[in-house]
Amino acid sequence: MSEVTVQAGEFGGAAAVPASDLWSALRRRTQARIGLGRAGSALPTRHRLELQAAHAAARDAVHSPFAPDVIAAGLPGTPTVRVRSAAADRLTYLQRPDLGRRLDPVDRAHLPTGDWDVVFVVADGLSSRAVHEHAAAVVRATTARLGDWRIAPVVLAEQARVALGDDVAAAMDTAMVVVLIGERPGMSAADSLGAYLTYGPKPGVTTDADRNCLSNIRPPLGLSYEGAAGKLAGLMGRARELGRTGVELKDDHDQEEAPGVDPERPEGLTRG
Amino acid sequence: MSYASVLGGHRYRFDTLARLLAAASPERSGDRLAGLAAASAQERVAARWALAEVPLTDFLAEPLIPYESDDVTRLILDTHDPVAFAPVASMTVGGFREWLLSPGADAETLAAVSPGLTPEMVAAVSKLMGNADLVAVARKVRVVTAFRSTIGLPGRLATRLQPNHPTDDPAGVAAALLDGLLLGSGDAVIGINPATDSPKAVRDLLELLDGVIQRYAIPTQSCVLCHVTTSVELMAKGAPVDLVFQSIAGTQAANASFGVTPGLLDEAYEAALALDRGTAGRNVMYFETGQGSALSAGAHHGVDQQTVEARAYALARRYDPLLVNTVVGFIGPEYLYDGRQILRAALEDHFCGKLLGLPMGLDICYTNHADADDDDIATMLTMLGVAGASFVICTPGGDDIMLNYQSASYHDALYLREVLGLRPAPEFEAWLDSIGLLDERGGIREVTSHPLTAIGKELAA
Repeated sequence: MSEVTVQAGEFGGAAAVPASDLWSALRRRTQARIGLGRAGSALPTRHRLELQAAHAAARDAVHSPFAPDVIAAGLPGTPTVRVRSAAADRLTYLQRPDLGRRLDPVDRAHLPTGDWDVVFVVADGLSSRAVHEHAAAVVRATTARLGDWRIAPVVLAEQARVALGDDVAAAMDTAMVVVLIGERPGMSAADSLGAYLTYGPKPGVTTDADRNCLSNIRPPLGLSYEGAAGKLAGLMGRARELGRTGVELKDDHDQEEAPGVDPERPEGLTRG
Repeated sequence: MSYASVLGGHRYRFDTLARLLAAASPERSGDRLAGLAAASAQERVAARWALAEVPLTDFLAEPLIPYESDDVTRLILDTHDPVAFAPVASMTVGGFREWLLSPGADAETLAAVSPGLTPEMVAAVSKLMGNADLVAVARKVRVVTAFRSTIGLPGRLATRLQPNHPTDDPAGVAAALLDGLLLGSGDAVIGINPATDSPKAVRDLLELLDGVIQRYAIPTQSCVLCHVTTSVELMAKGAPVDLVFQSIAGTQAANASFGVTPGLLDEAYEAALALDRGTAGRNVMYFETGQGSALSAGAHHGVDQQTVEARAYALARRYDPLLVNTVVGFIGPEYLYDGRQILRAALEDHFCGKLLGLPMGLDICYTNHADADDDDIATMLTMLGVAGASFVICTPGGDDIMLNYQSASYHDALYLREVLGLRPAPEFEAWLDSIGLLDERGGIREVTSHPLTAIGKELAA
């Protein structure tokens, strides 16, 4: 018996395209899956499998279990606390965003309080992979820029949406919360991290318009750790001076925004 | 008024018509999230038994959302046509279902009754229908509209070519546009979701698309999907706007969350008509809708997801749109959890929209956190093709790199046309033939080089 090993292909890049020079040139201008060729009316086998591979990566990112140990290991010397939302499992989490925004009552009671300026919440969101790969590095790079700030233990939150940070901040009595969360996976990015900054959050009252967001933290293709930390620390400093976040707090640190997707905002009817 | 039925020895009671409709709705995560879903499978069927006995006239007598507080309710009741309604006025919802399925309810009859139907009536009857019923009735309804191409003719399927790009890079857009045209797509519209809503960015894309359409004399229309106020501003400044786009929903409060009022839509509609850019017809509006939008805006008034969606169609029909599509699986699993729920919603939306007289198309799609895959796309496409959808949205390889979701591909449209013997819009088909892209059987020829590639060559250089 012999074994045949196939190198499963990744889509993209002119080198992977056996098509004409024209399509090679055009592919350099877009990541869209253009010039795929045909098998009858359908896709050639290679491209069909490439699409399935990308979809599988996105699906696995959504359903991979959150591993708080991975984050804690990336934050040596930093105290951490683990919490869950009121959504008991992934199926509930996906169908009940309201539960993902609230702490499990038992876990809420266990959160410490102290005289802190800010709490970082690392939340699995829709991609555990994104937080496993990027969150600890963003926390390290950001706190390194925060000098005299009093920083609360980092909260590692499972089955969590962005607004869970409001509940955490209220329970720990901190004026500011930074939520680092796995974004909704697309087929070309299953590991994109978002960062949401909220000053004075009030559970159930604070809305997305009261937050500042950095999305697509995903080096080397998206925003770098240092780039994200720089923007975040800058926004945090101005939020502290202004006493607020949201639409009135502009990101003037760097005008160049990496495009990204808000992991929570339903876009169906505002997508135009 | 309250409604009740007895099933399995239990008496089920529903306090209002809205409660009854919600309980009768097929299982979906959005109604559960809203706290409106039936508490059990038996309660759901009990609600359907009760709903089947409700006279259609009850929907005129008992508005789900008060007339005084909602302009969509006012529009529905103020524009109701009692003469058109007369043939079905004495029917219950259950009787209406059987009448719709009967041979007597043919295309002409259904078109004549349409102005007498309200969204609540068609939503109600859809809850008593199986998926096959929804296909069978929708297939009989014909809604034909036109701008530079004619949409909705029997035996035809049009497509929206969607060459989105995350930064609106002109070369990237042109590359995706070329890809779609060479695969025979774009007769419903060439429509871009821009990365920003800035008037300058929108205008740049409009001019890019208008340039290609004019240069190659393509019998189609463009649309850059921006807020209606942006379109009004651009039309006033002479930008080449073919169709005015807007996302709409089924309640005044949900539309307010989109920044839309009927007054704004009236203004845009008049402005677009005045441009008179159509050659085959004067349908100038393009609307998108989708189940879940009212709930996500906190504006559903206790009305179930599907019924409130049907109410959006009442607003749409006021403007004789060229195109309406539901973005059925786009919003996410908290509204439609999996392929089964998305398929059901797609068939309901298509059925309700068509029965209300709209040129219904679909963005057959899902997000990656929903439990769905490309086989669900194939199933939905096939059923909606049989049901006679006017158009479907197509993206390169079925993967939209701007909106990060999965949709139908240009290949999928080729498949559907092939297996069901459907052809493009007649003007577009003639154009495809004139540039040598139509093969002897009416299919799209596979080409490796073609004069159209000049679209990409200059920009890629």
